[in-house]
Amino acid sequence: MHIAILPILIPLISGFITLFAKPFGLKVQRALAVASLLVILLFALLGLVYVLEYNYITYQLGNWDAPFGISLVLDRLSALMVLVTTILAIGAIWYAINNNIDKEGEHFHVLFLLQIFGINGAFLTGDLFNLFVFFEILLLASYSLLLHGQGKDRTKAGLHYVVINLVGSTLFLFAVGILYGVLGTLNIADLAYKISQLSSNDTTIVAVAGLLLLLVFGLKAAMFPLYLWLPAAYSKTSAPVAALFAIMTKVGIYAIIRVHGTLFGSKAGELSHYYTPWLLNIGLITLIMATFGVMSAQNFKLQVSYLVLASVSLLLTSVGINTVESLSGTIYYIIHSTLLAGGMFLVADVISRSRGKFGDSLVRAPTFKNAIFVGSIYFIFAIALAGIPPLSGFFGKMMILYGALGHIQQGLIYTIILLSSLLIIISLVKTGSTIFYDTDTQSDALPSATTQSTFYPIIFLMSFAFLMVIFANPLSEFNVATSMQLFDSQSYIDAILGMKEGDI
Amino acid sequence: MEVILALIIAVLTASGIFLTLKARTYPVVLGLTMLAYAVNLFLFAMGRLHLNMAPIIQKDITHYADPLPQALVLTAIVISFGMTAFVIVLSLKARSEMGNDHVDGKGGN
Repeated sequence: MHIAILPILIPLISGFITLFAKPFGLKVQRALAVASLLVILLFALLGLVYVLEYNYITYQLGNWDAPFGISLVLDRLSALMVLVTTILAIGAIWYAINNNIDKEGEHFHVLFLLQIFGINGAFLTGDLFNLFVFFEILLLASYSLLLHGQGKDRTKAGLHYVVINLVGSTLFLFAVGILYGVLGTLNIADLAYKISQLSSNDTTIVAVAGLLLLLVFGLKAAMFPLYLWLPAAYSKTSAPVAALFAIMTKVGIYAIIRVHGTLFGSKAGELSHYYTPWLLNIGLITLIMATFGVMSAQNFKLQVSYLVLASVSLLLTSVGINTVESLSGTIYYIIHSTLLAGGMFLVADVISRSRGKFGDSLVRAPTFKNAIFVGSIYFIFAIALAGIPPLSGFFGKMMILYGALGHIQQGLIYTIILLSSLLIIISLVKTGSTIFYDTDTQSDALPSATTQSTFYPIIFLMSFAFLMVIFANPLSEFNVATSMQLFDSQSYIDAILGMKEGDI
Repeated sequence: MEVILALIIAVLTASGIFLTLKARTYPVVLGLTMLAYAVNLFLFAMGRLHLNMAPIIQKDITHYADPLPQALVLTAIVISFGMTAFVIVLSLKARSEMGNDHVDGKGGN
């Protein structure tokens, strides 16, 4: 069924059409980009409907049977991730168009679509080397998007980001090489099958390769101690790009769930779930560092970047807890944090533009027109991101904490997550009162730097904080079924290899 | 043959890591290139080293060289070429915008 490859092909083809549409002006490029995103949205929804019915949709490229060809796999998680990516991308590009951010440099829409191409490819592929290729595609597009619109700070942050990711790519290839050398395959399902049959002589080297892969995915997801590139890169780039990048860290989390969860699942013998203690503890350390970052940030965009880091570290922790409940909470929290953190970057941009020369630095400044409206939006986003009831962040955190019940490190997990939530709430309250309450009343209010259309994409993304609460029950049922599907690595192997039933 | 190749990969990786940790963009780019060479050789060696063996199935041959790592290496080489080109342009841009080639944009030596 071709539905599995369409979310990859459409942005690729429309990306290049958009490139050649440059002589016809920015308007045509904008229309093309938005139209293709809407088409992807349609197929992402259709894919989700298909997956609900068939569970797995596999697509063998060039009709080569797995494990010899490259497989694409659309399952519940990948279908959901493609959908979330598309929704976020629509919000981001909407903001970019309404605020003319795509005029700051050439080819914004081309790069944007190629970025979607890489991200969707990474979500849909069922082959480890192909995952590497899609990682490179999404990284190359992200390098260019990060630097889009120029600026000295962007160049510096971009250089760090590029160099660390190039080192990460090298490590990825080393890990791929080791796995191929020992197991002789790169198809994820086949790798999982071969690992379940592994002789005990080879377990150590496969474990090493697995941890190398964890390092690479952890670099993408910004886990301790490899997170330092994130705050610099995200806070310096333009708002819609930073918003889109909210999904990039989740690509790392997704890769860990997909690759490690399948390769080192319950059938992997000695290696079964051997990576989870690493994830759990590193996630907790990252959460502490991110909380300190949120507390110490001197400007708001940096603070939002650290909030992204905090959500990522919570996700790492909950993947490390490794129960069906915590994994379904993870999936809920991925949707929430991607859309809301993306929206928060847009809010930060609105605030930064409204305050004129004070920008987003957290100092006393004159108030600005429509501060009450912007403040209310900030308030809702802050509630959602900090995890206070009644918005989606609270439910996500609650599900993850519920999944941690009975875990061996339960006390530690609860203490760190709850303490960090408290500290993040305090920091966000402080930020809000600095920007909106503790204003310089001596001078006049700054003129409005925004138009009504600026707020449409922000409200679009904000609405998911409410929708995810209203539809929390069907959504969490979906998530529980998804995480059961993820734990059932045998059915994944059967779906792709299409044979070997009862072999294990 | 295996020992020589392993030593080459080791030396390339070590020098690559050493250069990547330098504070100037030029050595960093060189280091990244060396790391890319090392990993390409490593991937290539993962098909095991053979002499005079056919990579394509024929009737009367029983032993084969594994052609897949060669295909993987080819892809990896192309990607690392593209990435190196990008990082060179970026470091030139950084050199002109920040006025020096320090990775943090700090002046002096």
